[in-house]
Amino acid sequence: MKLITHNMLTSKCLKGVVTGYPLAINATDIKVKEVDFNPEFISRVIPKLDWEVLWVAADSIGHSDGLPRSLENKYDENEEFLKKAHKVLLEVEVEEGHLTCPESGRQFPISKGIPNMLLNEAEVQ
Amino acid sequence: MWRRYLLWFAHEHVDFRHAEINSILSLFKIPIRFIEKPCLEKPYWIVELPSEDCAKKIASRSVLMKNCIELWSRAKSIDQLHINLRKSLQNTTSKWIFENVECAEYICPKELIDVCCSPNNSFKIEVETFCKHFSIQEKLDKIEEFTYLPLKGSVKLKNPDITLSYLEFYGVNPNNVPEQPYDLFFGKWIAEGQRDLIRFHSLKKRKFIGNTSMDAQLAIVMANQAQIAPGHIVIDPFVGSGSLLIAAAHFGAYVWGSDIDYMMLHGRTRPTRVGQKVRSKEESIKNNLKQYGTESKYIDILVSDFSLPLWRDGVKFDAMITDPPYGVREPTEKIGIERNNYTLSEEHLTNHIPSKVEYGLPHIYSDLLNFAARHLEMNGRLVCWFPVIRADYQDEQLPSHPCLRLIANSEQILTKLTARRLLTYEKICDDVSSVTVDPSSGVPNFRDKYFAIGEETRRERKERRAEEIATYAAVKARLGNEVT
Repeated sequence: MKLITHNMLTSKCLKGVVTGYPLAINATDIKVKEVDFNPEFISRVIPKLDWEVLWVAADSIGHSDGLPRSLENKYDENEEFLKKAHKVLLEVEVEEGHLTCPESGRQFPISKGIPNMLLNEAEVQ
Repeated sequence: MWRRYLLWFAHEHVDFRHAEINSILSLFKIPIRFIEKPCLEKPYWIVELPSEDCAKKIASRSVLMKNCIELWSRAKSIDQLHINLRKSLQNTTSKWIFENVECAEYICPKELIDVCCSPNNSFKIEVETFCKHFSIQEKLDKIEEFTYLPLKGSVKLKNPDITLSYLEFYGVNPNNVPEQPYDLFFGKWIAEGQRDLIRFHSLKKRKFIGNTSMDAQLAIVMANQAQIAPGHIVIDPFVGSGSLLIAAAHFGAYVWGSDIDYMMLHGRTRPTRVGQKVRSKEESIKNNLKQYGTESKYIDILVSDFSLPLWRDGVKFDAMITDPPYGVREPTEKIGIERNNYTLSEEHLTNHIPSKVEYGLPHIYSDLLNFAARHLEMNGRLVCWFPVIRADYQDEQLPSHPCLRLIANSEQILTKLTARRLLTYEKICDDVSSVTVDPSSGVPNFRDKYFAIGEETRRERKERRAEEIATYAAVKARLGNEVT
């Protein structure tokens, strides 16, 4: 699971959960894989994100080095910054671990990089 | 300067032709003028476009178009074609002249031909004869007819600067081929469509397929209908083996997928390929994209139940492209259990794969359209298939939502009695009040009807066969009596 995806996921499927965001990350296996750098895409995607949540998530798994906690003006012209954002958003992968709902504590496992957001039958009733 | 073009199409998926091209035209904001009214029985269009660049853009996306030719001469007989072309060599008006519109006698301006005649341009002439076979010598004889053209460059068969195309059209019925062609065309070859992708992305060579993986051609049509462009953010909420994401990533989108089937996404279902005993560890959607060089476009896959909310409010995708389950070859299901007060003990929890209950088709489409209204960018598109019983089909059956406008609806026939329609919706407004499920919309019992029809025809066949046997026995008995 990449951090760009984590930024968009909630545990709203659970009964009684109001926002279910952000999910906490517990990672037991993290990989960093090279992905082609596309500055236009990164600039386009940043406004869609909750930047504070991104920074906290990256920090919680030890990958916030060099990433500013708040966005500066004209960040889309700063190639150094875009490269760092690119790394955190697309190159850091949580292979194994789990996501935790902030309201109920319910855990969603991540295995082989694929989060499993399925509830069991009792939770759906 | 507007130029005249011959667009030649593959003679299949005819109902998708206008829809695919219109989506591409509006994606690139290309205006078009039709010179002749398109005819469904003929695999070509004669159009005018503002520039050669527009023609090349269309060719860079369309998988239904074979190629595009700058038209110089067009006629209904071989002699007339050459008469028109000779007249063109004298046509200094810089405009197309129509001598006789009924017989399609068009004379192009001289400038189009002059541009290709320079001694520095190598050229070749290609002959295509649709629906009729000619030997190489016969084709060479046809080429000889064009020696009056003042082409001063040298002939080069491999990678010439200019390729001139001569086409003879003998109809589309190989069982009824006329002596003389119905239509003839001559002009300069401009560009090839994307039909090579059909072989390049073929399911036969793909690392990871499922029982319902979409074939490459239709996946690309869907990506065009969704107007997917480089840098777009695209999701398939019923992703299966990722066949639609491959087409999306090919056109430059960054892709997400989700599916309720845990085993499928982890490459652990029974293999789809005949003769394959077990799935290899390499089988995954990510490796599919890697196979075609688009691994960088793979973002994430999630196991999730589409009937439940998952994404943060405000998350917006540029396009959704999907093939929901119809309940025939894969189940329509969501998490749930018929029993009341079901509880799961602690020790079973970790590896539990939850049981599922029926997720009816009207419910699936209502969720799909609500999701699109909520999570698409303005003017973003939802492209999805919708199964129908052909005899019962009416436009009113199609799912609808006040925030989405239906842009296209093309039919692919599956069996004598069933079809599926490729629907394209565009988000036109943001006021998202959820639309409730209409249990009578669409075909709520598509699965039941599909199998009931199958059952009915099987029973009919059995009864007919029994009747035949009885009749035969009776006739035989009577004949036997007469003989003896």
